[in-house]
Amino acid sequence: MNRLEQILAYCEKTAFDLHFTDAKKWKAASADRVLVGYLPIYFPREVVHAAHGLAVGIMGSGDRKQIIKGDAYYQSYICHLPRGVIEMGLDDNLQDFDGFVFPAICDCVRNLSGMFRITGNGKFSRYFDYPQNFQKHIGGDFYREEILKILDDVKQVNGVKPDKAALNKSIGLYNANRRLIERIYDIRQEYPWRLSAVETYHIIRAGLAITVEEHNSLLEEVVSIIENNERGEPMDNIRVVVTGSFCEQPPIGLIKSVEMAGCYIVDDDFMLGARWIQGDVDDTTDSPIDALVTAYLNQSTFSSAVYDVGNPKGKRLVELARQRKADGIIFSAASFCDPALLDRPEMQKECDAAGIPHINFQFHENTGQFKVIKEQAGTFSDSIKLWA
Amino acid sequence: MSKAQQEAIKERSMVLQKDMLAKQFTELSQAKELGKKVVYTFVPGNLTELILSFDLLPVYPEINALQSGMRKKSAAYIRDAEKIGYSEDVCTYVKCDIGMMLNGNIGPTGEKLPEPDLLLLSYTGCYTFMKWFENLERLYPGVPVAMLHTPYQEDGIITQDQVDYMVKQLREEVIPKMEMVSGKKFDMDRLSAMMENSVKSEDLLVKVLESAKSVPTPIDAYFAGVYYIGPIFTAFRGTSEAVEYYQELWNEVQQRAAAGLGPVTPEGELKEEKFRLVMEGPPNWTNFREFWKIFYDMGAVIVASTYTKVGGTYDTGFRHDPTQPLESLAKYCMNCYTNLNLPQRIDLIENYVKEYKADGFLINSIKSCNSFSAGQLMIMREIEKRTGVPVGFIESDLVDPRYFSYANIKNRLESYFQMLEQRKIILAQQ
Repeated sequence: MNRLEQILAYCEKTAFDLHFTDAKKWKAASADRVLVGYLPIYFPREVVHAAHGLAVGIMGSGDRKQIIKGDAYYQSYICHLPRGVIEMGLDDNLQDFDGFVFPAICDCVRNLSGMFRITGNGKFSRYFDYPQNFQKHIGGDFYREEILKILDDVKQVNGVKPDKAALNKSIGLYNANRRLIERIYDIRQEYPWRLSAVETYHIIRAGLAITVEEHNSLLEEVVSIIENNERGEPMDNIRVVVTGSFCEQPPIGLIKSVEMAGCYIVDDDFMLGARWIQGDVDDTTDSPIDALVTAYLNQSTFSSAVYDVGNPKGKRLVELARQRKADGIIFSAASFCDPALLDRPEMQKECDAAGIPHINFQFHENTGQFKVIKEQAGTFSDSIKLWA
Repeated sequence: MSKAQQEAIKERSMVLQKDMLAKQFTELSQAKELGKKVVYTFVPGNLTELILSFDLLPVYPEINALQSGMRKKSAAYIRDAEKIGYSEDVCTYVKCDIGMMLNGNIGPTGEKLPEPDLLLLSYTGCYTFMKWFENLERLYPGVPVAMLHTPYQEDGIITQDQVDYMVKQLREEVIPKMEMVSGKKFDMDRLSAMMENSVKSEDLLVKVLESAKSVPTPIDAYFAGVYYIGPIFTAFRGTSEAVEYYQELWNEVQQRAAAGLGPVTPEGELKEEKFRLVMEGPPNWTNFREFWKIFYDMGAVIVASTYTKVGGTYDTGFRHDPTQPLESLAKYCMNCYTNLNLPQRIDLIENYVKEYKADGFLINSIKSCNSFSAGQLMIMREIEKRTGVPVGFIESDLVDPRYFSYANIKNRLESYFQMLEQRKIILAQQ
């Protein structure tokens, strides 16, 4: 097994380790370390890192865990992600986590934050409210308070209050992390056959469950290998952007089906939180929290979770597709996901106006049948290759 | 049954409200001719006094949607929205509203509703509100949007920084846009004076709702309750008409209570109160009368409900404060029921079950309303654990008739009432 294959095997295992073994091992090494689980989409992991913590992404149980108790907590018309998360909370998957953060992205995740308060998982459970006002002295002030609450929560657990230097150092590490991830996407834009979308997914998702230092090291190796070495062979595939899967994650079989149907996925929003801030956060300031606030207000990517009047996400999606030289867009949203599904019609109109072909389908994180999706994606690919 | 018998029995307060609404919709239909500007906004966290203080006319898309549901128009509207790409899975209020717009925006009185001059996105307790108005912004291009983001009560308290955040948004985002659209300067004294009326209406509404603590109750706090909250949750809070309506309603309720009479149903007075229930979740609007009938036919009455708190939890003590108008608008928005965290919601329901001497707790879970529905099964377990009363669970939808299965709901409710009956017998024997 060559080095890239070793890394890929490790990342696949880590990405879907629903017991978060590596993260728990890291915590066990020192008494002042804390583990904070956070739900999709974005969370400023830097602040937890600076306070001797590890923020671990809890992206649902996918198709890797049988849901029994979770179904007793959610009606059939609620999306799948929260029932997997509550199942993990009621089982032993999330033992040793000190706290949980529920970013403000929808009503289901919001109400799940209250359910965790009732089940008593962790020492704290925090709904993390993002401002929908993007002026620094209004939304910015509010967001700073939200970040300070997290720091207080962590301090209650381990007594650590990070200083300026620690925060700047953490910001620098996550800047490097995002740069490396973007570099992988850029290389894949030129040479999508060198690393498949599934492999890319594994690499990025693994980074949500290990330290940023370790992840950066793996990413550097991957970049170096795929930048300098040919791997795989170019295929007569179309190039697509997949959008709408930012929270509940599609099963790997779905991503694989799209690829096998003749589509190179040149951009996606699967692991959007890891790529949320566009560009670097200033890591040289006297007020690092303000730097994170400013980055959120001014450098956030587009998402169904963010109020977009004045900067419509449909136009930004079209811009992304053009930047990635995509032939088409696949709208792939989780069933019952109000944010993604309510955005879809207007985003499709923008695609139509821009002359970008598109298709759409819905999934559950534990969808097991991909034949229809593969046929749909295959027909989409063929139609573009033959007639576009 | 004769036609006269089929018609719903109406008290004076009902007639008063009907007249208020007719006048409101007539005014809306003539808004453009009269030079009046129109604001589209939401019920939870509504800023009615502020809107009226600029002489703007509010329109509530949720109310239009539920009215469409009651008038059997929603099925076609939803289908039309689905035809242009809206998923079957999403909020049916949104689809109904968009479908209504696609079909000429004809309001409940059959008259065309005016297009908005301002979209006031009061984003309180429901994430979908934001998506809804993002869609409306595209459908009404060029119409300004004023966003008011209401922080969630994550810790079960309202903090000063949350109030400051909202007041800053009111001062720098909402009020300037209202000034621009109305051409009028903001008048704090006028807003404050309106809030004095708000407080009077709020006091009276709470008295009405709390009358259901009496056994038997003189009101139904859900099926009739949705009418009681109409004026205060929509275009009339802060007006003298609202005070007059609530005074009249309170007088009627007092008379009923003094006479030992039960609630008024569409088929007359409820003769025997057999079951007292607390209800969580909005009602189904497409089959509202049928739904209600299942209850009153069985002698079941709702003594407290959470839905009647979506536009304000006045019964836990909140009142608008004329001495601090903007701060109190901020606190009002944060105090609406769906902006409470899950433990707060459970505490509130537990208190209702105990204070209103309920025999049971029932959830009407709405298929397309995540704000209410996500977490309801945990609420149900907690209430059962804390109070010991039997809990029931039925499912329907707001305005999509495809998700109202009469036979299914009736079967479930009959089984539930049988369970309550058995429990009463057992408790009486102990």
